[in-house]
Amino acid sequence: MATTTPARPPAAAGKQAPAEPHRIGGGLLDPKILWKSLPGAFKKLDPRVQVRNPVMFVVEVGAVLTTYSAITSSTRVPFAWTITVWLWLTVVFANVAEAVAEGRGKAQAATLRRTKRETMARRLTDWRPGREDAREQGVPGTELRLGDHVVVEAGQVIPGDGDVVEGVASVDESAITGESAPVIRESGGDRSAVTGGTKVLSDRIVVKITSKPGETFIDRMIALVEGASRQKTPNEVALNILLASLTIVFLLAVVTLQPMAFYSGAPQSIVIMVALVVALIPTTIGALLSAIGIAGMDRLVQRNVLAMSGRAVEAAGDVNTLLLDKTGTITIGNRQATEFLPVGGVQVQELADAAQLSSLADYTPEGRSIVVLAKQGFGLRQREEGELPGAEFVEFTAQTRMSGVDLHDGRQVRKGASSAVREWIRQSGGTPPEELGQMVDGISAVGGTPLVVAERANGTARALGVIYLKDIVKEGIAERFAELRTMGIKTVMITGDNPLTARAIADESGVDDFLAEATPEDKMELIKKEQSGGHLVAMTGDGTNDAPALAQADVGVAMNTGTSAAKEAGNMVDLDSNPTKLIEIVEIGKQLLITRGALTTFSIANDVAKYFAMLPAMFESVYPGLRHLNVMGLHSPTSAITSAIIFNALIIIALIPLALRGVRYRPSSASALLRRNLWIYGLGGLIIPFIGIKLIDLIIMNIPGIG
Amino acid sequence: MSGSVAGFLQAGLLVLALAVCHRPLGDYIARVVTGDRDWRAEKAIYRMMGVDPRADQRWSVYLRSMLAFSAISVLAVYLFERIQGHLFLSNGMPGVTPDLAWNTAASFTTNTNWQNYSGETTMGYLTQMSGLAVQNFASAAVGIAIAIALVRGFARSRTDRLGNFWVDLTRITVRVLLPLSVIGALILVAGGAVDNFTATHVIHTLTGSSQNMVGGPVASQEVIKEMGNNGGGFYNANSAHPFENPNPFTNWFEIFLILVIPFSLCRTFGRMVGDNRQGYAILSVMVTIWVASAALVSFFENSHAGTALRAAGAAMEGKNVAFGIPGSSLFAASTTVTSTGAVNSFHDSYTPFGGAVLIFNMMMGEVTPGGVGAGLYGILMLAVITVFVGGLMVGRTPEYIGKKIRPAEMKYAALYVLATPALVLIFSGLALAFRVPRESILNPGPHGLTEIMYAYTSMANNNGSAFAGLATNTTWYNVTGGIVMLLSRFAPMIFVLALGGSLAKQQTVPVSVGTMPTHKPLFVGMVIGVILLIVGLTYFPALALGPFAEGLH
Repeated sequence: MATTTPARPPAAAGKQAPAEPHRIGGGLLDPKILWKSLPGAFKKLDPRVQVRNPVMFVVEVGAVLTTYSAITSSTRVPFAWTITVWLWLTVVFANVAEAVAEGRGKAQAATLRRTKRETMARRLTDWRPGREDAREQGVPGTELRLGDHVVVEAGQVIPGDGDVVEGVASVDESAITGESAPVIRESGGDRSAVTGGTKVLSDRIVVKITSKPGETFIDRMIALVEGASRQKTPNEVALNILLASLTIVFLLAVVTLQPMAFYSGAPQSIVIMVALVVALIPTTIGALLSAIGIAGMDRLVQRNVLAMSGRAVEAAGDVNTLLLDKTGTITIGNRQATEFLPVGGVQVQELADAAQLSSLADYTPEGRSIVVLAKQGFGLRQREEGELPGAEFVEFTAQTRMSGVDLHDGRQVRKGASSAVREWIRQSGGTPPEELGQMVDGISAVGGTPLVVAERANGTARALGVIYLKDIVKEGIAERFAELRTMGIKTVMITGDNPLTARAIADESGVDDFLAEATPEDKMELIKKEQSGGHLVAMTGDGTNDAPALAQADVGVAMNTGTSAAKEAGNMVDLDSNPTKLIEIVEIGKQLLITRGALTTFSIANDVAKYFAMLPAMFESVYPGLRHLNVMGLHSPTSAITSAIIFNALIIIALIPLALRGVRYRPSSASALLRRNLWIYGLGGLIIPFIGIKLIDLIIMNIPGIG
Repeated sequence: MSGSVAGFLQAGLLVLALAVCHRPLGDYIARVVTGDRDWRAEKAIYRMMGVDPRADQRWSVYLRSMLAFSAISVLAVYLFERIQGHLFLSNGMPGVTPDLAWNTAASFTTNTNWQNYSGETTMGYLTQMSGLAVQNFASAAVGIAIAIALVRGFARSRTDRLGNFWVDLTRITVRVLLPLSVIGALILVAGGAVDNFTATHVIHTLTGSSQNMVGGPVASQEVIKEMGNNGGGFYNANSAHPFENPNPFTNWFEIFLILVIPFSLCRTFGRMVGDNRQGYAILSVMVTIWVASAALVSFFENSHAGTALRAAGAAMEGKNVAFGIPGSSLFAASTTVTSTGAVNSFHDSYTPFGGAVLIFNMMMGEVTPGGVGAGLYGILMLAVITVFVGGLMVGRTPEYIGKKIRPAEMKYAALYVLATPALVLIFSGLALAFRVPRESILNPGPHGLTEIMYAYTSMANNNGSAFAGLATNTTWYNVTGGIVMLLSRFAPMIFVLALGGSLAKQQTVPVSVGTMPTHKPLFVGMVIGVILLIVGLTYFPALALGPFAEGLH
């Protein structure tokens, strides 16, 4: 593997598709979903459910205590009830956040379920390759076993996941990808996987079933988007530990405050003690933590990526090295003709005409691009085959490595690999000029592919010139790589090309490094090497031979068009089969962690203001000097405590959209990100509650019994 | 020379001396704990203990060795105290009562040196020298050893070994603490501190009455008392006693001794993890808080409020006039930000806010710079918490010095941060809830609450300074104090070593621009913020009912 210094690409030429917008946004909070999630939110009040979230469980226990206290107490009844109601609301708001996040997944799951209706499968009991007369048997799709063979014809739904073992068909996969254009599935190769629930539109295929009923791709998708199989990710667990320990510290601080309060002659009521605990423990992040995780997975689903575990999403945020396949990720699918270079006094127009003629019957993407270049660059209208009477087209074969046409007037035009065409010239009594050899070498040296064009008229052949085919680097990809570099992520291009070609494309696209003439083993070795240096590696793959590397990589994104082996090995599947999406996946992973960190910081910073609201309220009566701590100038002790609790509950609702959307993320260095988020969520978390509590106090100070 | 100029000159010289010394000393300690040559004396010690000095220990074995050593230490000191009356050099002192002996044994083994007794009237020379002074060395060496084991966790990769406790303990004692103590003791003696076996010297005063002057091996114990951050005075008056701390020079020198090892260990840390900038970032956190607290204490003690204070020019009650406000404030701040607990003035007599700063210094968990070793491992635990929250905000699994902070690491760091405040709050709460311990309070009102808070904060943070004004030589305070000191010393050490073990197993992650930088001012600011916020939020209610209630009018 060679290392290249990233080079700026030349200004992108012409007509490529613009880079897709990639800023991470997210679904908005739909009031309808909010309303629908309310019953779910109340159901989650069950302590057996609530106990899984230690912070909110403490709030719930506190709410039970204050309820009891409000029922039994005879003094300051309105105050006790107000606090009680707002404590219950705090718990409900937290549950709403989670229910809303889940609700979005549930809607998606319902759509998927509709595709999972009962299908009858036509099982072939004794199918063998090539056998036409296998016996057919109708069985329900749910009774299919691993290794069964089924036949599916146009108009029928594929009964289970599997690989096509015979035939070719166009398949409508819109049920899972949302993409209405049909895709081709054929036996053998990397496009053999079919998914149960999708529909065959044409032809007939035989499918070998590769998944058990109940464990199909759609089943897994439903479980994933519903969050049924959601497990806490490592970072989430670590954060929970931190939150739990903070909760314990604050619980202790408040419990031990009571003997101190007694000593000071100002024992506090249960309601106030509970209110203080709830105000101090990190309820904001505790309430939103699981919603953030669910929403993060959901953001991936919205981009048509299925992560098999939250762990994979988190790993994506940690990735240090991205392995990107050249074709389809860095370059547009195929090479394209970009220039006609004539030799020996030939007019460029003449060369273009010959090149077009020789490519009329060449239906490869390269051949098409020659016709297109001739039309766009030289105004040569594309001639149909029928327009040239008596012309005989010579198709490209691996042996001749040439294609062309024999016209009725005896003129022959050929186009193909340099060595093959030069040989043809010599056989036809011509001499390839030296200039041609230099031109061919020059193009190869900069990573292009030269095709030589020659003609034979009147018995002797001569070279006309060279067609310059090159890989077209996707527009905007260099900027993406630059962004990734600022995020500290190294990009490595994987290509089967020779090192020379690979280096040229690497230079043009700005990729950090490349692996040329790569075999699956090379790829695997590269991953292991990176990992042994402590790096996390992400890659995309689709072929069966990618499967081991996909399994080895920390983040392996399998293309939905790929084989089922690849999909099984990776920990994510991209339903759009767009390898560039790996970059977005990394950003979503990072955004998920940043959202957690930012809201944790915000939550803890909030406590300062709450102390300044509550402590003077609690002890001003015995130590009047403590009124100096009432910097917000809150109206009365009861209004101060009530305001703090109301703020504490409302901030959860206010932050639900942020939790679901994720905090804004722009690719930049760790230092820049940290500074920005510290200012916004650290300083903001310190200041906002002072303002919020004061505003609430201004409103509620007029309510009798509280003000 | 005016008082404030003298104050700045003292502080300036102190910073200069520390700046000059921390580098060679830090590098030296790093070499001592990483080298593989044994001195002949050390080899003899290993043979005697039956230790293979080349055997690397897992964290659990390291921990067991340390606990075994400390258990024997507690027992030995306890026995010395109980039977001192039957031993030579007892200076006529009878055996110490069981509860006091327990408290003192726990106190000196845990590097706390909380003293519920007057040294000159309770402990014989043998107990002082073979019991207490030995622990002054041993407990300091244990603290450094644990810190070194944690640093090895950061520095090493893919191993379950953290070093050998017995080797670390021996080398730190033999190569660092002993030689430095000899030099320090000579300087103190030259400065006028006493060091003799003269039991009692009777002098006749001008008024005709007689006074008993108790001598003893003072300077030799004084030096390790300060340098090992122990703080247990030979005399009850501690460093306010003219035999321990005769003049402003010795006072300055003792402050220097208190700070020199804790600050130097940051350099050791940077050296051992192969990135000095990391050590300096931690050092910056420590220095910032130390300077700020010394300045605040001076400010509050100089602020004139009240007639008596205005007449004296400053809050001079309980302070040695020779040292003045600067010498006293600097000493008080330095002894409380380290876990020393030696005093040259009476913290009980400080202004409410001056006293609040001192108690807050201890509440920060003795990490700025903290006790020898204990300060370093403590601040590294807080840095782990800081890195976790900050690291999430840059969108990666948080990393510190190339090690990921995963659930296991977080668990140990969280338990560490939880342990000490839990002990302080629970035992202060209990002491205030029961009648008997409450009766020990000599000053009613918020000041009395501060006295109890101060006592448990001091014991749980292994500081050992007393606010006074609280009669603590009672069964309640002796027994609970011993429990608090032992738990708060050794429970955190378990978490520290467990974290070290878990870090050592990890493969080191390479640094990239995507890694949160932990050597820049922003990170220094974050660690300071996390320390102040966590401590502030934990103790704010107690502080409000103590010093704030007393100081705000």
